[in-house]
Amino acid sequence: MSTEKFGIVSGPAAPLMIDNVDTDAIIPGPWVLSYGARFSEGLFGRWRYAGGERGNPENPDFILNRPAYRQATFLIAGENFGCGSSREHAVWALRDFGIRSVIAKGFGDIFYSNCFKNCFLPLVLPAAEVDRLAATAESAAGERPMTIDLEQCTLTSPDSRTIHFHLDETHRRALLDGLDFIGQTLLHDGDIAQFEKHDQALRPWIYALPSARIKPGENS
Amino acid sequence: MQAARTLFDKIWDSHIVSTLPGGDVLLYIDRHFVLDLASNIAFDRLRASGRNVRRPHLNFGIQDHTLSTSQDRNDDTHASGQPFVQALRRNARAAGMLLFDVADSRQGIVHVVGPETGLLLPGCTSVAGDSHTRTAGGLGALGFGIGTSEVEHVLATQTLRTRKPKRMRVEVSGQLGPQVFAKDLILYLIGKVGAAGGTGYAVEYTGTAIRQADIEARLTICNMSIEFGARVGMVAPDEKALHYVAKREFAPKEVLWDQAAVHWSTLYSDNDAVFDAEVAIDSSVVTPQVTWGTSPQDVISVAGRIPDPAQEANADRRAAMTRALQYMGLRPGQSLEEVRINWAFIGSCTNSRLSDLQAAAAIVEGRKVAAHVRAMVVPGSSAVKRAAEALGLDRIFKQSGFEWHESACSLCAAANSDKVGSGERCLSTSNRNFEGRQGAGSRTHLASPVTVAAAAIKGAITDVRKLNG
Repeated sequence: MSTEKFGIVSGPAAPLMIDNVDTDAIIPGPWVLSYGARFSEGLFGRWRYAGGERGNPENPDFILNRPAYRQATFLIAGENFGCGSSREHAVWALRDFGIRSVIAKGFGDIFYSNCFKNCFLPLVLPAAEVDRLAATAESAAGERPMTIDLEQCTLTSPDSRTIHFHLDETHRRALLDGLDFIGQTLLHDGDIAQFEKHDQALRPWIYALPSARIKPGENS
Repeated sequence: MQAARTLFDKIWDSHIVSTLPGGDVLLYIDRHFVLDLASNIAFDRLRASGRNVRRPHLNFGIQDHTLSTSQDRNDDTHASGQPFVQALRRNARAAGMLLFDVADSRQGIVHVVGPETGLLLPGCTSVAGDSHTRTAGGLGALGFGIGTSEVEHVLATQTLRTRKPKRMRVEVSGQLGPQVFAKDLILYLIGKVGAAGGTGYAVEYTGTAIRQADIEARLTICNMSIEFGARVGMVAPDEKALHYVAKREFAPKEVLWDQAAVHWSTLYSDNDAVFDAEVAIDSSVVTPQVTWGTSPQDVISVAGRIPDPAQEANADRRAAMTRALQYMGLRPGQSLEEVRINWAFIGSCTNSRLSDLQAAAAIVEGRKVAAHVRAMVVPGSSAVKRAAEALGLDRIFKQSGFEWHESACSLCAAANSDKVGSGERCLSTSNRNFEGRQGAGSRTHLASPVTVAAAAIKGAITDVRKLNG
């Protein structure tokens, strides 16, 4: 999947101030189960469409259906955003919709980790700051943009306040450089092979699975 | 002398392949369970980048999320699941991975199959593209739930790139009362610490109630550690764990068993090991629990009353409670007892093992499911189903009006054709009561197998301890 590196990103911010927004809410089961689908169609499907069902008309009250926020680049959220299921589709649905970052009071661990594989920024700020941003995003009604500069680690709010934030350096570089995690790990191929050799002597029972040892193509 | 370490530290340290600048480590993964849902994207990307599955014999395909549970199922019974099932079959075959396919006698829900086949062992690291992989902790293994990118990473490298979590100890003293189970205990704990209370932590459960708990109960407790945000939940392996693992199909045998058992006997937290956080609960005060809202933290005793948002000081929490009550069609101060249900679901990776089905069958035996309730049992694995049938549990359930299904994730995630309708109320042994989880507009209440069984009979949520004659 294509990922756009995260440098300076600017655009409208949509407030979704509900705590514990789980990944089932971000993309419900029926859309995850659409083989080869565009996941952005399922973004907040239960809330975005009448009756929460695929194929139904939009629910005009939902924040991302309001004209001011249809092009949202940022989402502002509460505590424990992205808790629940490990589905990476939650990040893909947000990203494919056009959102590049969620600013929240906290995140579910698996969602947080999934974000960095997709050049998507999950930014934790103090609760009071998030509440203030949500209020300014609401009053800006999508017309005054918010900006995040990841080189400088600054966020400029719709009312032009500059907020400095901290992001772990490994995570920051992953977003700025569009890091290929697997490629990086494969640079350690020698370490992995050495570990396996050493560990097979130490814990042979982990590797000795006679009935599991099969050749490609032999599965029934 | 080496510094005192926790159980978690010991397993973590022994799996470090390398430590990277910045603090991430590459952790060796002993067991990767590859599932039908979403692994197709990982395999597609792996192929596109010209990479291979590094250690096919440490990766195991399991069909569970997207399968139909109907008795005569095949690939096509649940149409939208078919491409996922067939993709996993193709990918497992091409990679040379063992696959527990639709008709395999070992098929079932990954977190039931891992332990019961002996693939999952104390002290091992395991991952799967499913957040309930921490169930592994019930045997003293590390289980991480991962996203698709990490599934691809593990396929290609047999390692997980990750960072060490903090350590939390949850000490559970006392003894559970009659008709109070592991499910009630973990729901009670989640209610105490909140849905994000364990975020950033690896949790070890200790104390008398945990030592007394059998392995299936420990699996249930560790399973729902994600529901308070913990990255890992685990219990130190003891004689019970070794007894559980011994002689299973993929468990080590003979000399290897002896070697493994010596290693496993070192897996406990040292006396003076330091945890970053400590929680203590007394299990003797836990009663049958039922959730009333749309987060697992929204939980009360079945005999209690739904809290009033007006009494809540925190504004965000107040808003969430109000929203949840509206979605669930309930009122502040209301009792859950007598609330009518439309569905009773016994299944999922949390509560679908033989002991769960036995406990529920004991409640429904000789009784009839209320006429307005659709009640179903979905065993956690094909092996659990066979074992239950050998004990005649299927007849007990069917005679009382329960449907008896093939094994899969089913109604827990509504990822197959089993769905709760809008506005319908389901009492469920699963792990998530999120909005729309069991179908658009579905209202889910989480509870133990016996509480669900009792409600199916009564036609309404009820205190199983009051059920008689």
